[in-house]
Amino acid sequence: MAETTGCARVTGAVTGEQAPSPTAPPSPAMPERKEPAMSARVGQKAPDFTAPSYYKGGFTPVKLSDFAGKWVLMCFYPGDFTFV
Amino acid sequence: MSAVADKYPVLQKLGVEVISVSVDSHFVHKMWNDHELTKMVKGGIPFHMASDQAGNVGRAYGVWDENQGIEMRGRFIIDPDGTIQALEILTPPVGRKLVESIRQIQAFQHVRASGGKEATPAGWEPGKPTLKPEPDLVGKVWEVWKPDME
Repeated sequence: MAETTGCARVTGAVTGEQAPSPTAPPSPAMPERKEPAMSARVGQKAPDFTAPSYYKGGFTPVKLSDFAGKWVLMCFYPGDFTFV
Repeated sequence: MSAVADKYPVLQKLGVEVISVSVDSHFVHKMWNDHELTKMVKGGIPFHMASDQAGNVGRAYGVWDENQGIEMRGRFIIDPDGTIQALEILTPPVGRKLVESIRQIQAFQHVRASGGKEATPAGWEPGKPTLKPEPDLVGKVWEVWKPDME
């Protein structure tokens, strides 16, 4: 994952997929975006990923496979400062 | 998220780590934690609040909503081998019930500890009888389990 620098917009990325570089200039001709296939199914391996995160007062990237050997509860939600 | 944070000590006792994910930046996560969530749960959010602004992780997990540019309320239980044992995806207006996630984790942990020799019937909770899927049990589940035991 790219370093968190300045106001660059960083994002999570599935391991093995190329996340767009926050420092790369916008391409004049937008290449067709390759959509990673949805691969989450019960009984199947959870897609590994790395993402920037806020953790106990700091900004620490989180990587799912760093928790190998532990149970993990992953919770997606629509957005911060929403009501539910 | 404060509901998950509130149950974090219980989850930790079960050896469960938590990762929350939304399309908000990690900077906004900090603001939300500092200005609102700390008022709902003592000490704020104790786990990683991941940022997935481009929705790459959400797409891989099937929770990305292209029209709204957000991620649905998806909950995944992942075992120590990295296998997804359970998933639940809700649209935004309805919240989760964490005690059910905890119950499912306890059930999956029990099954795993039994080496797959036991299964947990509907509504199982720790201490309740399990099922042992062996030839003798075929057609005889009614003898050991009834819906009122749920």
